[in-house]
Amino acid sequence: MRIERGRIRLAVIAAVAVSGAAMLLGRGAGEPEPQTAAAAKAPAATAQSQAKPVEEKLEVPPPPFSDGIYPCSTCHAAVPPNRTRRELAMHTEIDLKHDETHRWCLDCHDADNRDVLHLASGEKVEFTESYRLCGQCHGEKYRDWRAGVHGRRTGNWNGTKGYLLCAHCHNPHQPRFHSLAPKPAPERPSRVLSGGK
Amino acid sequence: MLNQRPEAGCGSEGCGSGGCGTQSGGSHGTGNQGCGSAGQGDYLGDPSRRLFNIAAVGAVASMALNTACGPKRLYEAPKDKLRALIAEEEKKYTAEYGKTVKVSDAGPMPGVQFAYALDISRCIGCRRCVYACVDENNQSRDPQIHWIKVNQMDKDKGVDFSHADPYYNPEQVPQEGHFYVPVACQQCEDPPCVKVCPTGATWKEKDGIVVIDYDWCIGCRYCMAACPYGARHFNWAEPKIAPSELNPNMHYLGNRPRTKGVVEKCTFCIQRSREGRYPACVEVCPVGARKFGNLLDASSEIRYIIEHKRILVLKEELNTVPRFFYFYAT
Amino acid sequence: MPLKSIRLFGGFARGSLQLISEGNRAYWMWLAFLGMLIISGALAYAAQVTTGLGLTAMRDPVSWGFYIGNFTFLVGVAAAVVLVIPAYVYDWKPIREVVLYGELLAICSIIMCLMFVTVDIGRPDRFWHLMPPFGHLNFPSSVLAWDVVVLNLYFLVNFVVATHILYRAFHGKPYIKKLVVPLVLLSVPMAVGIHTVTAFLYNGLAARPYWNSSILAPQFLASAFCSGPAILLVMLQLLRKFTRFEIKDEAIWKVAELMAYAMFLNLFLHGAEAFKEFYSNTQHTLYTRYWYLGLGEHKTLVPYAWSAVALNILGFALFISPRTRRNWTTLNIGCLATYAGVYIEKGMGLIIPGLTPDTLGEIYVYYPTATELRVAAGIFATGFLLFTLMLKVAVPISLGEFHGKERAEEGAPSGAAALAH
Repeated sequence: MRIERGRIRLAVIAAVAVSGAAMLLGRGAGEPEPQTAAAAKAPAATAQSQAKPVEEKLEVPPPPFSDGIYPCSTCHAAVPPNRTRRELAMHTEIDLKHDETHRWCLDCHDADNRDVLHLASGEKVEFTESYRLCGQCHGEKYRDWRAGVHGRRTGNWNGTKGYLLCAHCHNPHQPRFHSLAPKPAPERPSRVLSGGK
Repeated sequence: MLNQRPEAGCGSEGCGSGGCGTQSGGSHGTGNQGCGSAGQGDYLGDPSRRLFNIAAVGAVASMALNTACGPKRLYEAPKDKLRALIAEEEKKYTAEYGKTVKVSDAGPMPGVQFAYALDISRCIGCRRCVYACVDENNQSRDPQIHWIKVNQMDKDKGVDFSHADPYYNPEQVPQEGHFYVPVACQQCEDPPCVKVCPTGATWKEKDGIVVIDYDWCIGCRYCMAACPYGARHFNWAEPKIAPSELNPNMHYLGNRPRTKGVVEKCTFCIQRSREGRYPACVEVCPVGARKFGNLLDASSEIRYIIEHKRILVLKEELNTVPRFFYFYAT
Repeated sequence: MPLKSIRLFGGFARGSLQLISEGNRAYWMWLAFLGMLIISGALAYAAQVTTGLGLTAMRDPVSWGFYIGNFTFLVGVAAAVVLVIPAYVYDWKPIREVVLYGELLAICSIIMCLMFVTVDIGRPDRFWHLMPPFGHLNFPSSVLAWDVVVLNLYFLVNFVVATHILYRAFHGKPYIKKLVVPLVLLSVPMAVGIHTVTAFLYNGLAARPYWNSSILAPQFLASAFCSGPAILLVMLQLLRKFTRFEIKDEAIWKVAELMAYAMFLNLFLHGAEAFKEFYSNTQHTLYTRYWYLGLGEHKTLVPYAWSAVALNILGFALFISPRTRRNWTTLNIGCLATYAGVYIEKGMGLIIPGLTPDTLGEIYVYYPTATELRVAAGIFATGFLLFTLMLKVAVPISLGEFHGKERAEEGAPSGAAALAH
């Protein structure tokens, strides 16, 4: 990534208010406690066009923002958008490993309204609907997820299923799943029972 | 196949009028006589028969109380009798563990056939499911009983259990070159374990869950020899659970405490699934590899998986027809 | 009549008690030895009941072990001793006298079988769950239910026949042909039946490829024809030595010859199975491999496997040659070799490789604990004790030395004659 020092300095000043903030999206995979969504039957308010089938908007728990980082406009309102691809001085904790040779921040984050994301079409989507953004590339996963097959399931098999956002389990900037420490191995069967009286 | 056992008879006549009612311990001379003779016809293959037979015997009645009101009666007996029995159990457990225990008697829901699917391409072998299951289902902590066994397999060898290692213990999972196959009860359509039980203490419920009556099992372990999946576990000593760790939400055929000398196994968390909830292992799985639902519901995850994914069942050639599908989502 | 029957039976019981309470020093030493084993076994069993089956070495991967192995072996013994009956029915004299003792041995074997099953179950206090009308027997679905039925019927038939013959002989009366002959005839297919059903107990389990082979039942029968008569031969020689009981040499030699054929069949069936397993070399070969060759570093059973093969071949060799089977030393070596060979292959050699590796490939190395050995020894001692006491009564009766009063008054036909009637 290219570096443009002047702009960076500006950004540093503007971002002092949220110093140390990090978008630790999806850190600690799978740990967030999902909520059981109410029946999500309302037609999608953000439906792209009449021609396309209307997809239900799914109820999800709040996106996993790190403390104090949202709304992004708190800082960004004061910063004129710079659409040039470059290495940032802010948000340095973000190490983009998500098709990084082809992609950077503003492919997903909206430069005009930092509090939302945008699709390839330019349509803006809320963070609570970020799955539509992910689904643009990961169509098969998205379809599976909507069917309740991709992703963690909670709630009721015969009622309301609990859905999580992609970002609850996958850090959008580094979506590969982290390895975990396994729980203890079972005890090997032993000729002498430890538990026996 | 769903209902291999005739269910004639016992219900109201046997248990209701004379038999199980004796659970308060009295002698029901005439009533029992009636029951006994009424049942002389055919007891073969009819587990309900035994229930009122037992009940018919005043002498052993006190010993047989719980048993007498065992599995079949659970759904066939008049509701008030059943509640009385369950209340007794609840009282016993509440006293024993010092916390309010609830024992459910929920029967199978009409139009529901449970099935399970596990995504082999996602499972990372972290064993969260194993311990969530232990906590939910009150397995003995010492000696240790796990209903779920997570096998680490070699990618070069495929699903060949002669290369399975359930005792893997690296710092981090998944390990390079391996995949993971957790195995618990496969809730077979045609369960070999049920076929061999000499006392009929285990059977398949109408919603497909294979259950055990812990009060009727004699502990011969023939079912364990018959099970192709190592799903059945025996209480080699008196099971131990700290009262603080006891899950007080129980089902009569599920996670109520067992005694030494009986067999136990996964019941798809019958105490949860019959309330419409997902089993504990499904909810805890951090990678979302575990799926559960109703086979008869065309919009269920399970149907979606069967219709869209590559699936396999373990030891298909044995014709046990598992209700537990392994699949590859990617 | 009932009064008279009671009186008659009273005489029989009192006399029997007197008989078993008399004996030489060796007799009492033998009883004391058995008594000690029984007490030790009972104590071990009491501990097992209190603590749980965890005192055995059985665990989830190997959920059956020494107890069920002994059970299987003894079913074979019980079945085989009665298979000398056809010789009786066809009136082949030398073996005829042997039948009664075969039946007594069968009775004791069945009792031991039932005891082995009882000590193996986790909740013996619920044994009645198997017994209609109080319990529920899952018949005909469960082969174990079949086994319970046929073993008990077989016990009953042998018990009725043996006690009837003895009781009548005691009173100097010939047995009732109409009762005995059909029952004796019935006990032959039943003997085949109990062993076939016991084989099917394992055979029917598709989860265990080592057992799920149709050769299992024929092989069970073949090996039973070896082990049962092996005990019988030793017993007959002892009877001949210590009592006036006459048993012709030809009878013993004939049985030994039959054993040689049976052992040949047994070895042939084992060979056929081994060929199929090793040549086809499927995943299912694992179990046979574990028995004969071991898997990786797990070779616990290998010495047992080959000693069973060696003993069986030795038994066969000694019994097939007329010279060695007519020599009492080699005959008895042959009996011991056969007994030990079949005991290994059919006890531990059947159960353990059947369950190891377990259905998910785990290898748990099983060998019995002290508790299991003590309980098993106690059960064998109980069987031997019963058999000793039965012989103590049966031998004098059939020799005509022990009989009821009225018989003496009638002028005593010889006991042997009464028996042979």
